[in-house]
Amino acid sequence: MSSRTSSRQSILEQIRTATGAVANHSVDTAEAYAALPRDYVRKGSMTREACLERMVERLREYDAEVAETAPNQLLDTISDQLKASGMRVFVAPEGLPGEWLVPGFDWKVDHNLPIAEIEAAQGVVTSAFCGIADSGTIALHHSQAEGRRVLSLLPDWHLCILKASQVVETLPEYFSRCAKPAALATYISGPSATADIEMTRIKGVHGPRFLHVILVRD
Amino acid sequence: MNPASPDRVVLDPRFAPPFPQAALPVLRNPQLRKNVAHAIDVIQAKRGKLVAEKTDWQALRAAASAIRSHALEDLGTYLEQFEERCTAAGGVVHWAADADEARVIILDLLRQENAKEVIKIKNMTSAEIQLNPFLEANGINVFETDLAEIILQLGDEEPSHIVVPALHVNRSQVREIFARRMGLEHLSDDPKELTNAARTYLRQKFLNIPTAIGGANSLIAETGSVAVVESEGNGRMCLTLPHTLITLAGIEKVIPRFRDLEVMLQVLARSATGERMNPYTSLWTGVTPGDGPQRFHVVLLDNGRSSILAKPKERQTLKCIRCAACMNACPVYRQTGGHAYGSVYPGPIGAILTPQLMKMEHAQSLPFASSLCGACYEVCPVKINIPEVLLELRAQVVNQERKLAGRIFDPMYMGLRVANFLFSNAGRFHLAQRLGRIGARLFTRKDGWMHSLPSVGGKWTQTRDLRGLPSQNFHEWWAARDKGAK
Repeated sequence: MSSRTSSRQSILEQIRTATGAVANHSVDTAEAYAALPRDYVRKGSMTREACLERMVERLREYDAEVAETAPNQLLDTISDQLKASGMRVFVAPEGLPGEWLVPGFDWKVDHNLPIAEIEAAQGVVTSAFCGIADSGTIALHHSQAEGRRVLSLLPDWHLCILKASQVVETLPEYFSRCAKPAALATYISGPSATADIEMTRIKGVHGPRFLHVILVRD
Repeated sequence: MNPASPDRVVLDPRFAPPFPQAALPVLRNPQLRKNVAHAIDVIQAKRGKLVAEKTDWQALRAAASAIRSHALEDLGTYLEQFEERCTAAGGVVHWAADADEARVIILDLLRQENAKEVIKIKNMTSAEIQLNPFLEANGINVFETDLAEIILQLGDEEPSHIVVPALHVNRSQVREIFARRMGLEHLSDDPKELTNAARTYLRQKFLNIPTAIGGANSLIAETGSVAVVESEGNGRMCLTLPHTLITLAGIEKVIPRFRDLEVMLQVLARSATGERMNPYTSLWTGVTPGDGPQRFHVVLLDNGRSSILAKPKERQTLKCIRCAACMNACPVYRQTGGHAYGSVYPGPIGAILTPQLMKMEHAQSLPFASSLCGACYEVCPVKINIPEVLLELRAQVVNQERKLAGRIFDPMYMGLRVANFLFSNAGRFHLAQRLGRIGARLFTRKDGWMHSLPSVGGKWTQTRDLRGLPSQNFHEWWAARDKGAK
């Protein structure tokens, strides 16, 4: 263990000597950081409606299925989506609103479900933290209603319920919405994919092969 | 495969043949060249389209470049901050001065876990320290989980690109490898079917192997978090299912704050794969009770990086975010593919990174593997001026070489010494020009061109003609013009 401690010291010493040796290293770190150029687009310029349309359009470009619905129609829409999937066994995060577990299906609520049981489920329903229209990205922060990471990973079919009020236009706007840095996060942009064989895009490798999104016009 | 075979690909810079020699097998293999060109054309077209739609692309590049430069300027501060926050969140941070130490640290960690098998996320740093052969030699079975890495591992092939490492292998070759190694005789060469075969092959491994090794796209100093970007979901599997996770990352990977991802993620996906965003980005902080690995180690690797940091021109090499845009844009890489670079880091970035990681003791031919056209600099999302570094390294290589005893009588260095003598004095220079003109006349044909020169000059005329020297140089013409005016 002692040699490792000395590696830590010698590496840091070498770094300090190196950074000290090169000029322009005078100002305070925080001051220098604050002065970094950030002239890129931070706030979007679209109307609310155009922004939501963009979100839907981008999701569809990724082959994700999108259904739009009003808040009072949500339960019916969930039910329709689940029925259309032809599947029966779904896992749900612990904190998913109880009424979203619509009747007629075999629900496994994640009170620390064993991995094998999550793997055996056919689909999963989660909420989301944010949607980013510019890239059609869904950000999960794995809260109680979004579920543990494994929950939205193993089942082959993922239904994500996103509220219109959660959709922002640009990636920087998502970061502005984070009151504090996320400790756990997964950003999903379409279903799992690869282009490793002759650059042919294949949908669905290890992550869910089917991504469905319900956009709730709240 | 026979290691002595002349076409055997060697990606260890200490043993690889020089670039011009290593490039020959590819240049003579039309199938390989076609595979490489096809893959590059596809990525380039997608990247071009998505960069064009981004009206603030140059502002994003400027910000990304500034963030990376700033992180390097204060690397010590940011690394210590990362270590402190990661440790506070339940992670364990290890420091490795070189490849050897990193390998031993990782092996020790695996032994503590009694691990006989390990699953891996694609990780350039692990390839740099040649981790897999070391672990295999110590009795640990390593399973790569990225589709391209599986193709390479099962096919006993070497990576030829940073982002799509198996781009030199086509579908029928993949079919052959999978059929042989997975025992699937009736597999077709349809990429969808091949991808499914990989999914099935790996599923049980993800579910059953409790130890994983991965890398990092960014280490976040502010929070002690790690970010990994990927497409397939194999990364998420390795980051979520195992009990123990080991992250191996170069010390240069640190960025100051969580928010900086708003820049880095935007430039990375567009540059690497021509996507607005890669399908999956994972971010975690130490250990989260009830979610994901409960034991988490980060191995921070120096391996030559701190000495690159000390050099003002070369330091920018460390800004690299491994997007591979430079190799996709490079006219040399397009012809030779990645294996010619004799390193896991090919293309323009490899041409500057590899010799520096080798402390300029190996891979000295790489800084010359470029036409200096500047395409790499133009596409680089963090604005690394690769041509500038190439020139600096060329100067260093020449300085090493010309002092070597064996090179004293080398025609090139003799010629340069003569040139140095002649060019340092105007009288000698004019005399040399007049003599040169007389000499060149012997080789200049009626069409005004020299088609064939003797000795070292032949190296030029082998592939191109040289225009004959004009009867009057500018100096003489100017002097004559002055006289005429009076």
